[in-house]
Amino acid sequence: MNRRASLGLAGLSALLVLLPAFAGNYLLSVATLFLYFAFAGQAWNIMMGFAGQLSLGHALYLGAGAYTAAGLYFHFGIGPWAGLWLAAALCAVLGAALGALAFRYGVAGVYFTLLTIACAEFARIGLDHFDWLGGSGGLFLKIAKRGDIDLANLRGPPAMFYYVILLLAAAAMALSAYLLRSRAGYYWQAIREDEDAAQALGIHTFRWKMFAVTLSAAMTGLAGVFSAFYYGNLFPEQVFGIHRSVEIILAPIIGGIGTIFGPILGAALLTALAEGASEIVAALGWEVPGVKQMIYGLVLLIVIVFLPQGIWPALARKLRVKK
Amino acid sequence: MSFDFIGFLNIILSGLLTGAVFGLLALGLSVIFGVARVVNFAHGEITALAMYTTVVLFSFLHVDPFIAVVPVAVVFFIFGYLLHGAVIHRFVHRPEHVQFILLLAVAIVITNGLLITFGPDARGVSLDYLLESIEVGPFLIDRGKFYAAGVAVAAAAGLFSFFRFTATGTAIRACADNLHGARVIGLNVKRLYALAFGLGSACAGVAGCMLVVLVDLTPGSGPVYTLLAFVIVIVGGLGSMTGALVGGALIGVSEAVAGFFISPSAKSMFSFALLILVLLFRPRGLLGGRL
Amino acid sequence: MNRRQFHKAFIGASAALLAPFKIVRAQSSKLKIGVLLPKSGLQGVIGQSCQKGADLAPVVLKERLGVDLELMNTDTETNVDTARTRAERLIEEGAHCLVGPFDSGAAAAIAQVAEQRGVPFIVNIAAAPQITEQGYKYVFRNFPIATELATNGLTLIKDLFNATGAAPRTAVFMHVNDTFGQANAKAIGAILPRIDPSFKVVETISYDPAARDLAVEVAKAKSTRADFLLLVSRLNDAIVLRREIVKQRWNIMGIISPGSPGMYENQFFRTLGKLSDGCISNVPWFDPKSPLTKAVDTVFRKQNPKDQLRFHALNVGYTFEAILVAGDAFKRARSTSAGALTEAVRRTEIKERMMIGGPIKFNAKGQVEGNLSACIQNQGQKPLVALPAASAEVKPVFPWSEYKRT
Repeated sequence: MNRRASLGLAGLSALLVLLPAFAGNYLLSVATLFLYFAFAGQAWNIMMGFAGQLSLGHALYLGAGAYTAAGLYFHFGIGPWAGLWLAAALCAVLGAALGALAFRYGVAGVYFTLLTIACAEFARIGLDHFDWLGGSGGLFLKIAKRGDIDLANLRGPPAMFYYVILLLAAAAMALSAYLLRSRAGYYWQAIREDEDAAQALGIHTFRWKMFAVTLSAAMTGLAGVFSAFYYGNLFPEQVFGIHRSVEIILAPIIGGIGTIFGPILGAALLTALAEGASEIVAALGWEVPGVKQMIYGLVLLIVIVFLPQGIWPALARKLRVKK
Repeated sequence: MSFDFIGFLNIILSGLLTGAVFGLLALGLSVIFGVARVVNFAHGEITALAMYTTVVLFSFLHVDPFIAVVPVAVVFFIFGYLLHGAVIHRFVHRPEHVQFILLLAVAIVITNGLLITFGPDARGVSLDYLLESIEVGPFLIDRGKFYAAGVAVAAAAGLFSFFRFTATGTAIRACADNLHGARVIGLNVKRLYALAFGLGSACAGVAGCMLVVLVDLTPGSGPVYTLLAFVIVIVGGLGSMTGALVGGALIGVSEAVAGFFISPSAKSMFSFALLILVLLFRPRGLLGGRL
Repeated sequence: MNRRQFHKAFIGASAALLAPFKIVRAQSSKLKIGVLLPKSGLQGVIGQSCQKGADLAPVVLKERLGVDLELMNTDTETNVDTARTRAERLIEEGAHCLVGPFDSGAAAAIAQVAEQRGVPFIVNIAAAPQITEQGYKYVFRNFPIATELATNGLTLIKDLFNATGAAPRTAVFMHVNDTFGQANAKAIGAILPRIDPSFKVVETISYDPAARDLAVEVAKAKSTRADFLLLVSRLNDAIVLRREIVKQRWNIMGIISPGSPGMYENQFFRTLGKLSDGCISNVPWFDPKSPLTKAVDTVFRKQNPKDQLRFHALNVGYTFEAILVAGDAFKRARSTSAGALTEAVRRTEIKERMMIGGPIKFNAKGQVEGNLSACIQNQGQKPLVALPAASAEVKPVFPWSEYKRT
């Protein structure tokens, strides 16, 4: 990273760390949402940007993580810091299973994407009928008493959740940066560019693709755990729905697939656009449903047609934070 | 409760008739996917657009859906043809995931455009004869479903004939089978792709028009039909037109049967399970040719 | 753009974004009520119906209680995330209390926000029991929970059969498979045996709320040869089901809902016309003989000249009553501070009300006990109160002969 980039990153980090000191709860909740999408987007980016596999069913891992941790807490009182290990492990297994089946059986490209969608939908309908985890009636977690900060059980004020997700997002970004510059990163880029050539060079493509898929799934599972405790209630339609899968991929695609900062930029832009649009619509007194989603769709369309690499690569060059 | 055999057969029949319309929907996707090699993730949304067009024609001009079918088919053929030339053609040689995302974006724009224009309420067509059932012995056939299935089968037959008996149809099939060869003999591939997209879009249009007879629609119907079309095409077999129709009938009947014996609310689970199994163990589908 | 310009712009943008969010804490003689309703999305139509109840409340309450109320309306978009951020936003803009949101999922999210911020939240309509089972101190609900709805609804069925002399032996129970439907199904399963009805539920069939074609479900129900249909549905599926019953020529004595929306709503009548008649819904309703109802009706007709109150009875009624509770508490507390207001709400006792039931009084959990349902039958393409006899507008008819004719 050059000096400009380092300074920019430092400034942004300082702003984010100090935000709760001067921001109201509303802004905090918006910022939390932004960081959540940055984190989940970063996780998805690993599968897509690094290993080149388009998954439109990432909600499967969100849901699996969320329900595992929430179920453990609801039925056995096991807190999220312990529960997240099982959640991440389960998601890793799911991701690995999907990856193994896909790569071994040659399910690639469009077929892989459809497989991911089918799995998420299957889970959604299944959970709708699974009463032990609330069924379609939903699973409600106990809320914290006012003023308490129970970090162990993740029950507390918005600022607590904000710092947790900030930590997660920062860790994800650091991990991605590290991996991209390591051997894994080089192998992934090779596989993404030309899998056959990579294999010819002796790279164990199956192993590295599996690594990307498993890691991506596990990280997304953590995002699910966070959302379960942040919102305190889970409904299969809300958690596994295909709109969730689409939501996660918007930020990294618009920001820039395969880049480190892309998902973060994308998440910031989309969150700002969404809240801005809602404000404008409310201010004008319109009650028009679908405006927010429409804007997402249009932005996605414009980006994919004119800037298929995402906004960040072009912006980075303009700001001269990249060579 | 004794097993109601007649009731069960009625349900199978109903599933077959609905399945015919689904089959037409899938046929359109098969043509687009199989020929123009475009991952049309907006197929269901185009169908939803056609459904709304039909409803609007009915509400404002009192046009019966069975008459509206013809103009809708023509309009959507033109729509598909132009959409391909304007936007999609440039993406034919881009990586698959980029195509996917492009059409996903188109789908989101269409769905929310419909939501903004028409609102979230369900809309439909209310015609008295649609509430009637035809009695054939012990069977009770939903009149609307019967007519809709008839139109769907007729449209499919028309498409089959076009591909088999006309020069343009043969040319399109040539493109699908062997792109290089087609170019070598001087076929205008871009135009033929656009035609294929137009035809697929027209199928979606006719299917949408008929779906209005069967169900009410909301802006959210689009994504559901996209998924359904993909499930049928993959199960039936990509590149096989018969496969699309057979797949449609199969899905229609299996959902009905699953609903009857297990819980109706879980019947979609069955279709997705079928899709997963086919993708893993027989990716070319039941009747598909090479992948 | 060089680095300095970029940093300046960045700071400027952040300041602009943060500026409007100053916390307003001034005491005032006006009570600001944040109204959260789904005005778009899946529940959009119902949310807009509830909004009518909110809009007329300040006018009615100014006259009857002499209080000044200011509504801050916002759209939850039938989305739990949006509900939460909107609630936060309203509180920051100075809402003294919150009212809403019709949906149980959104209610849970808003309840958390209210509890954490210490702002009273009065739920207008939501049946999931969990909302008042969390031990919250700032959440109140004036609406029957699923078990109460089921108990009231099923008891009314018994009353209905007594009043009409009908004696069906079997029923098939169909319900929509979502939050609402499942809560109701569970409640009914637990309560029906205790009420000891004269009929038995021979089969339970659940269906997907997004399903458009219910042919299989109705065929399955028809094959049970049950005497009547017990139905928990939403609006769109009620319409589809009614049509499907005609198509499959299913002869039943009637369609009874023990407590769900759909069959008494405006769109049901407009879409089905004559087919809508005969359907029975046992739901909370206004008391047509109550003076408060008449006062509300007067203002409703002024604000909605082309509409009728009875098509929005439940939605308008309970939304109005939620604001009534807020206004009444404000009058007694004489302050908009959260603590005083919440305590005043807790001590609420309103005897003169609009909806059928006992006085509005919150128990230790913040729940009103004693809200009752009425037996509403569609006659002449209008929803009319048939039971309890004291508030009735019309006599109930069961079995409904039209079902047999088709």
